[in-house]
Amino acid sequence: MPGPAPNERMRPEGRRNEQGIRVDPEAEATHEPRQAVLAALVKHEPGVLAEVSGLFSRRQFNIESLTVGATMDDDVARMTIVIEEPEPGIDQAKKQLEKLVPTISVRELEPASTNRELALIKVDGEKPDDVNAVAEMYDGTAVDVSTDSITVEVTGSQQKIDAAIDAFRQFDVQEVARGGTVALERGADTLQDDD
Amino acid sequence: MSERASVPSEEADEAAEDADSAAEQAPVTTGAQSVVRALENAGAEYVFGVQGGAIMPVYDALYDSEIDHVTMAHEQGASHAADAYGIVSGEPGVCFATSGPGATNLVTGLADANMDSDPVIALTGQVATDLVGNDAFQETDTVGITQPVTKHSYFAGDADTVGDDVGEAFALADEGRQGPTLVDLPKDVTQGETDVEPGEPKAPDTYHPAEEADDANVQEAADVLAEADRPLILSGGGVIKAEASDELRDFAKEYEIPVVTTMPGIGSFPEDHELSLEWAGMHGTGYANMAITNTDCMLAIGTRFDDRLTGGVDSFAPDADVIHVDVDPAEISKNIHADYPLIGDAKAVLRQLYDAMPAEPDADEWREQCRTWKEEYPMAYDTPDDEPLKPQYVVERFSEQADDDAIVTTGVGQHQMWASQFWTFTEPRTWVSSHGLGTMGYGVPSAIGAKIAAPDQEVVCFDGDGSFLMTVQELSVAVRENLDITYVVLNNEAVGMVRQWQDGFFEGRRMASEYPWVPEFDKLAEAFGARGFRLEDYDDVEETIEAAREYDGPSVVDAIIDPEENVFPMVPSGGDNGLFALNEDHLEMI
Repeated sequence: MPGPAPNERMRPEGRRNEQGIRVDPEAEATHEPRQAVLAALVKHEPGVLAEVSGLFSRRQFNIESLTVGATMDDDVARMTIVIEEPEPGIDQAKKQLEKLVPTISVRELEPASTNRELALIKVDGEKPDDVNAVAEMYDGTAVDVSTDSITVEVTGSQQKIDAAIDAFRQFDVQEVARGGTVALERGADTLQDDD
Repeated sequence: MSERASVPSEEADEAAEDADSAAEQAPVTTGAQSVVRALENAGAEYVFGVQGGAIMPVYDALYDSEIDHVTMAHEQGASHAADAYGIVSGEPGVCFATSGPGATNLVTGLADANMDSDPVIALTGQVATDLVGNDAFQETDTVGITQPVTKHSYFAGDADTVGDDVGEAFALADEGRQGPTLVDLPKDVTQGETDVEPGEPKAPDTYHPAEEADDANVQEAADVLAEADRPLILSGGGVIKAEASDELRDFAKEYEIPVVTTMPGIGSFPEDHELSLEWAGMHGTGYANMAITNTDCMLAIGTRFDDRLTGGVDSFAPDADVIHVDVDPAEISKNIHADYPLIGDAKAVLRQLYDAMPAEPDADEWREQCRTWKEEYPMAYDTPDDEPLKPQYVVERFSEQADDDAIVTTGVGQHQMWASQFWTFTEPRTWVSSHGLGTMGYGVPSAIGAKIAAPDQEVVCFDGDGSFLMTVQELSVAVRENLDITYVVLNNEAVGMVRQWQDGFFEGRRMASEYPWVPEFDKLAEAFGARGFRLEDYDDVEETIEAAREYDGPSVVDAIIDPEENVFPMVPSGGDNGLFALNEDHLEMI
């Protein structure tokens, strides 16, 4: 039998972690997931949303929300994608998104960027005054009222929407529609600058 | 090759040629003509395809073109033939299919090309736009189905722009990191009137592949490599795609750095050179895997660090600083963290690195160590005369007889590993195989694509009995086109790799892996009109190979091999490359 057996062979000292990063004192830990807001400008054409969402699902990125809408330019749409991934995953998601042919530019927004979500919350209509009082606490507005229900519109950060929905639970929440995060960089900086 | 070329009389040929040249001048009048004009503008010479209802207008336009059409027996064969054509020629291979089942049959070949970054452009027929979405006859959502397995899929909705869509898809398949693209062509669009001539093929304006890497980054990487005690080059398929084999050879020889290739990188560096450690990974050489495990600085070029190469990432090159050269930024740190990423074309970056190297690494001891490993862990197999024929022996003898630039294609399975292990590759674009997707059935049509791309080179296809049966119908194409291809079926009456894993990891429970009912492939070959040989004894190996090689046309050697022979070395899935097994006993140890 040629050569030393497996357990008798020359072995190196080092090792890598499960993300392929060489383990040294600084990079010992496996990265913990964090939330990242990616904004992308894409060509406004049929099938782009399917292409982007397909990319995220087949590469197993943990997607929190994905919104898409028109921009000032008729040919360009803007997507805001919130993902929760370890650092290498966020980097990879960004690069894979950049690779798609309809993608014009991609950026991870600063944590301080302006993030907003919209929610419509339909609650029981028995106590309109109380509902209004809670809505006011969250800068919300009643947008539809019937004898049996009140629908309140709330916008704000994801945390604020979560808190609002919690607060409305006392009125028997019948249905909630959340729009997902939309976001813009603070200041004069725009994604078009990356084009 | 063209269907029209079979018209018998010389006058008819001349008339056809006149018609061809006249057609070249004629302005386009339909979407289909614009499609064909775009292919001509892009320099396409061959199309592999299968006719059908929705693609008929494009075929009709092809009638007047000088582009040759090779009718395949099945659309999967068309996509694999186009893929192999792309690998061997370096130019995108083109395949046609009709809508619905035609298009879905292409999908395997596109997924295969996508995994291996092979340039392929697929044109599919589609039902007329007013029927799209209505579940019309032979309708499928081809763009939706193929989007995940192409660089990009286009739905061509307008006769005026369809030609430019095709040109763009062609350019996109070829530029940057190569890969497959698809254009779906609704019948009313290809039949629609247009007088718009397509422009020159041009990649989409959002696509900007990098060329040279940043100089400062290159210098930093070169400094690290020059300082290494145990430097190693890992050369991937991207080196071949970028036509960078010469640059790799110059670099490795100048700075005397040992070279390991990936399996798709086979041929990027001559395997008979003293610096070559051949290829690494699950069934790579022991010495390549020892070098990978023990290097302290790895220059990895054009590789995506597939798991068949790396094994478990925690044990992959655990001591190494990784310099990763790749044209696709998304490959950087996807699987293995790159300490020194160099984004750019491999050819350009290798030249930059060559100039930036401050000195040759001081690595005499390391090179000596690599040489020792080559002696300690040679590629070997037992050849007692009383045993059934060993497949490795067949491959080795064939390799010795074959031309230096012979092209080897394979199916997928044990035979693929034996072919890659025991054939000595010295030139790029001579190894054609299905790596990433591992497509059984790749062998028969890939040899057709390879032979058409390089008619003057010898083409040998090693296949397994299971893999051969999956696309055996394409033998009819090799016969019709009279392609001089030697098919060698390493016949062990099993899907041998599955059986090997069942023996190793499923307690020998050989569920659905033994094929004692396979046909006699030599007789099957004769039925197709090819030449058939049966090979059972050591004494007949040389002679049979010689006879098959000498036969001018497709021949099939049914080589009855030891059914119990297994592939070694082996790194178990997700294992440590340094702990490769050389035999069943080793396998039990790790």
